Amino acid sequence: MTVTERTAVAESRPDFAELASRPVLKRKRPGQLIAMVVVGLFALMGAYILVTNPGFGWPTVAKYLFDVRILNGLLTTIELTVIAMILGFVIGLVVAVMRMSENGLLRGVAGAYIWFFRGTPLLVQMLFWGFAAVLFPTIGIGIPGGPMLVEWNTNDVLPLFVAGILGLGLNEGAYMAEIVRAGLMGVPAGQSEASHAMGFSRMETLRYVVIPQAMKIILPPVGNETISMLKTTSLVIVIGVGDLLYNTQQIYARNLQQIPLLIVASLWYILLTTLLSMVQSRIEKRYSRGNVLQVRKA
Amino acid sequence: MSEVQFLNVHKDFSGVEVLKGINFTVQAGQVACLIGPSGSGKSTLLRCVNHLETTSSGTILVGGRMIGYEVHGDRLIEAHQKDINKRRSRIGMVFQSFNLFGHMTALENVMMGPVKLLKVPKAQAEAEAKELLAKVGLAERTGHYPAQLSGGQQQRVAIARALSMKPDLMLFDEPTSALDPELVGEVLDVMKALARDGMTMIVVTHEMGFAREVADVVAFMDGGVIVEAGDPREVISNPQHERTKAFLSKVL
Repeated sequence: MTVTERTAVAESRPDFAELASRPVLKRKRPGQLIAMVVVGLFALMGAYILVTNPGFGWPTVAKYLFDVRILNGLLTTIELTVIAMILGFVIGLVVAVMRMSENGLLRGVAGAYIWFFRGTPLLVQMLFWGFAAVLFPTIGIGIPGGPMLVEWNTNDVLPLFVAGILGLGLNEGAYMAEIVRAGLMGVPAGQSEASHAMGFSRMETLRYVVIPQAMKIILPPVGNETISMLKTTSLVIVIGVGDLLYNTQQIYARNLQQIPLLIVASLWYILLTTLLSMVQSRIEKRYSRGNVLQVRKA
Repeated sequence: MSEVQFLNVHKDFSGVEVLKGINFTVQAGQVACLIGPSGSGKSTLLRCVNHLETTSSGTILVGGRMIGYEVHGDRLIEAHQKDINKRRSRIGMVFQSFNLFGHMTALENVMMGPVKLLKVPKAQAEAEAKELLAKVGLAERTGHYPAQLSGGQQQRVAIARALSMKPDLMLFDEPTSALDPELVGEVLDVMKALARDGMTMIVVTHEMGFAREVADVVAFMDGGVIVEAGDPREVISNPQHERTKAFLSKVL
């Protein structure tokens, strides 16, 4: 082998010992740069339109953002969300437990509830509650076919706000029932068995053993449902409940500033959903008590 | 302590007979080991004792009183759930898969029964629970969640939890089968101590060493019947039936 041949061999085989002593280089990824440029351009375009198109009416947005009618509507929206979610959760828990009951009749009733409330559009249910007075002008307690003992005018006992709550809450209950049921079934059967063997009743077992452990399965979807509910409450406008969207409409019906006012409403909705997401992740952390990963971290 | 009597116990799962007339007595203060191959019905039999499984006919007496059923004319009828729960609270059970409540610490697991069922004041229940955890060698682990404990530790907490109800009888359903071999000993030691204290115990197990050393009576089950039962030295060391011999030759 000649000297030149030997050099060629040395060149074809890198000196690994030498290379191993140096840190590796990071390969350039041109795709990332291109994506950045494209996204940046679109963002600039969007910002340009937002600023230059007078149709957005930013001064109008600013003027109405803290308008008392908007804030009142916002309060109603929050009330609707909170009460409907509580109602929905309670109904969901009861229906889920009924659905897992040993009693076939209770199972059937629960199944029918879910079937009905999931099977018809929420908008229709909402309108139904709004028009309940047409179907039942009075509500009372009496003997079927006989005299009424107590009787109220439906419109008095069922103000629109309550109709809205019923529409949202009863519908939510059906979805919540499925979420809760999945949570209850997610707790291993051995947990209930150990509790029964100690002498706890079915209800005590649910309360002390199953539900606390089901919560960490139930909570993430409940968080989603709450965020969804916050926006779904806007359906109450069809029966004339003065929520955020309804009051927004009332204002633009007079001043015809539809776009700026819809932006006002949207800003409030998005602020609230952002806050809810933050609350959600906090609660999830709290309920993951005893969770393997959580515990190991501590 | 309670005597346990099995009187002609039958059980079928949707047509398949898994217990075919079990007659067997465990005296108060005795340790009985049920041994036999998988599917022989030993776990099912054990679970009938606290009515986690129903029976098709026959009856089980714990402390001379029927469990899970009451007399209705000339037949037996399932007892009220309340009565069943009350009887269960006096019978401790330990499971193969521990079944500790995952959202509670070891201490909370052991306190729960006395506080919620026996209405023992919290401070007293806590003191007693700590004592029990110390007794099973886990005084240092009271604040740990089940996920932070080894299998052997979890099973010892489960035994403490069962003892917290001051039971007259303890049932063990393959308590060491889910454990790594080096953790089996610590659980068996706790069980031996319990036996020495005079606890009535029925133990479904594959630990022949434990059965031979601790049991007062061993019953070999196969195909839903007790093939032979008696003194462990006799049954394990000198089995009379072919099936017992065949089984023991595989596990010993």
